[in-house]
Amino acid sequence: MKLRHLFGATALVMSPLAATTVFAADLPACENCSDSMTIMSWGGAYQASQIAAYSDPYAALTGITVVYDESSNESIAKMRAGAEAGNSAYDLIDAEGPDSQRACDEGLAIEIDADASLAAGDDGSTPTEDFGPSLINECFIPQIVFSTTFGYRNDVAEWNGATPDSLCAIFDTETFPGKRALEKRPKKNLEWALICDGVAKEDLYTVLSSDGGVERALAKLDTIKGDVVWWSAGAETPQLLADAEVVIGSTYNGRLFSVIEEQKQPVSMLWDWQVFDFDGWVVPAGLDEKRLNRTMHFLKFATDTQRLADQAAYISYGPARASSQPLVGDHATLGIDMGQHMPTNPANQTNYLVNNIEWWADNNDEVDIKFQNWLAQ
Amino acid sequence: MTDDQDASKPVLAADGTPLKQSLNRALRRQKLRALALIAPLLLFILVSFVAPIGDMLFRSVENSIVMETIPRTVRAMRNWEPDGETLPPDEIYAAFYTDFVLAEENKLHTRLGSRLNYEASGMSSLFRSTGRSISKFDTTIYGTQFTEADAAYGDPAMWATWMAEKDNRKALPLTASAYEGWAEMIEDVKDADPATKKLSPIVYTALYNDFASGAVAPSMPAVDVSGFETVSLREQFGAVKADWLDPTTWTVIKTFAGPLTDGYFLNAVDMLRGPDGIEARPESQRIYLRLLWRTIVLSVTITATCIMLGYPVAWLMANLPNRSANVLMILVLLPFWTSLLVRTSAWKVLLQEQGVINDLLVWIGLVGDLDRLQLIQNATGTTIAMTHILLPFMVLPLYSVMKTIPPSYLRAAKSLGANDWTAFWRVYFPQSLPGIGAGSILVFILSIGYYITPELVGGTKGVFISNRIAYHISSSLNWGLAAALGSILLVIVLILYWVYDRLVGIDNVKLGG
Repeated sequence: MKLRHLFGATALVMSPLAATTVFAADLPACENCSDSMTIMSWGGAYQASQIAAYSDPYAALTGITVVYDESSNESIAKMRAGAEAGNSAYDLIDAEGPDSQRACDEGLAIEIDADASLAAGDDGSTPTEDFGPSLINECFIPQIVFSTTFGYRNDVAEWNGATPDSLCAIFDTETFPGKRALEKRPKKNLEWALICDGVAKEDLYTVLSSDGGVERALAKLDTIKGDVVWWSAGAETPQLLADAEVVIGSTYNGRLFSVIEEQKQPVSMLWDWQVFDFDGWVVPAGLDEKRLNRTMHFLKFATDTQRLADQAAYISYGPARASSQPLVGDHATLGIDMGQHMPTNPANQTNYLVNNIEWWADNNDEVDIKFQNWLAQ
Repeated sequence: MTDDQDASKPVLAADGTPLKQSLNRALRRQKLRALALIAPLLLFILVSFVAPIGDMLFRSVENSIVMETIPRTVRAMRNWEPDGETLPPDEIYAAFYTDFVLAEENKLHTRLGSRLNYEASGMSSLFRSTGRSISKFDTTIYGTQFTEADAAYGDPAMWATWMAEKDNRKALPLTASAYEGWAEMIEDVKDADPATKKLSPIVYTALYNDFASGAVAPSMPAVDVSGFETVSLREQFGAVKADWLDPTTWTVIKTFAGPLTDGYFLNAVDMLRGPDGIEARPESQRIYLRLLWRTIVLSVTITATCIMLGYPVAWLMANLPNRSANVLMILVLLPFWTSLLVRTSAWKVLLQEQGVINDLLVWIGLVGDLDRLQLIQNATGTTIAMTHILLPFMVLPLYSVMKTIPPSYLRAAKSLGANDWTAFWRVYFPQSLPGIGAGSILVFILSIGYYITPELVGGTKGVFISNRIAYHISSSLNWGLAAALGSILLVIVLILYWVYDRLVGIDNVKLGG
């Protein structure tokens, strides 16, 4: 597993160094650039960490306005619509790995030469070496390694003291009654359903590609369909858990960190079969020169070693650059060591999946239609 | 008319022109003035209403993407009749190869894959994965062999001169078309001059096919291609994905090659155009008729609950003394003025399982703590929230009609011996019917196209067809299907309006005194 090396590295080198915000003094001024930019991201605690680590310092440095839009779960559709209209409403888009691959395949995102456009690592490494395997395609500038996993309420009376220790607890409505929150997209749900239907990890995508594979996963999900609340924004599950509307639900691990550690809700993490993915920036095709200059200038700043390390002080996601990892330390306000909350901590990483980027880039269209039809029935 | 006027002469106006003419002119001027006054509105309606609806109707049948993306294939397929068993001849594969390489360079192949995927599942991934390997197809041997036979064939500048000549283009149709597509791509995508770039294998492949079929180009060196080593494009496609050796794949492309399609409308009624004509979709894909039916049933339910809840309120408002009626009126209007999203979110808070209403029910002991009612994320949630949101649209027309019913009619009925019920049912109710009609038609038409409230409180069981339209517009980007669904919705509303006009008469609808 290629990713393994990176994940291991992230976990091992977490040291309690305080994250310091140093401005990149050698960042040249932006010539012929627009004076505002619109970024599409995911909202909630994740976007807050990006604002704190990237865009607020950048705005302070350059005096420009950075506006955020929270619709990254529809990034491909919005990019297609922008391409159709001949004008992108966004200057920069935060997307998951498979979505970036789709955007690249469809010519919706521009290809970026990492070595020419990005800052070198603090340790002197070139961007290509520094980002290493997280540079999954030519259009993608990675920021973080994150995982999608489950959180559950630890005060549910009906569970009679049982606590879910395996993913398949979500399908066990006898032992763990109550509503579940799952994402309103097929990705990850299908893999989890098949795992709990007895498919081995290495056979997952073979089964999904075979005739009736997707239907098999949907049939498994059918067993809990009536108990599911479907979410489309990562911030929904933490809210539903906090309201006790659901007892267990999937979301990004950083969101769960925020609801557990920052908001002190009676919620616990379930790391079993967490799904790793990269998240990063893509630049939409067709920006005019001024906007493109601004975007590339921001990208260079926001993906340097220090900025990526800074972000980890606000949310429990591993930085995608190797050189950032030694700089990750304690949480900016809570002062707790972030290392143990990273998905890549060996203690959290017993069973895990890595999103098959190519498979999802190829098959998302037709699987999504099947999934949405199934939902509507 | 006085005696001294001749009856046969026209009556004259003060200025001497015939009165009739003068009157006509005045009328015409008046009409023009009126037209000028409404012109901004007319223009607005044309631009913002008629044109978009026209565009929607057009989009629901428009299908030019196939012709635009793979024009050579469509042309080559013109004489090929799919029978479901035989594969298309090699020349179709050759044309498709040229088209596909160009489409991949222009990044258009994924769009065509998505389009065809609406008709046959699997097309999207087929096009995507083929796009990833099409540049690795082993067709360079044609270029090598042509260059070996005559070095001029390896010179891009020579090609540019050859292809500028009309006679060459005419003699070598496949080559000309491949070269033209390639040159355009080089200029547009790579921003370079085709006369300086190494030619793509597609041009040599096309040239081989032209020469092999006996063509002779007037000013290009003649090459005997009979001894050429060849590659089978069919096998190469088949090696990437076996679907290219499945006649069904080609049948789908052929079926949807035309500029217009009924595919979207068929999809909207859970049908598809299969190899043997129109057939029903597989059970697991039939959702639109079900959703349409659910939309109509829920809209009728919402209209009925609005009548039941709104009628007494409107009656009270119309019959109470002004002071109390005004208070009631404000109570009806306040929520009406509150943002839709605020009201919907408020219902979310009230109705959820750990929400106020369930807490209350548990507290008074009506339901147990463990079996709280599910009032949201289903049809119940949609009905409750939408009834609340649309209630003013029922109350206000009802009120304005009831206000005009003189109370003396009821008194008269009672003085003639009717009891309360008879007086209401035989005298008051029929007069309030126009209000019910107006309210119902407003509420029903608004609710049949509602989107935001079902999205937020409907879960999966309480969503409407409009949520599906929104999904296809903003997520799946199947705008053709969204347009077809929208057109069907429009037709349903028009039919209902017509039926309503027949039964009740649209003249009887009153929105005010």
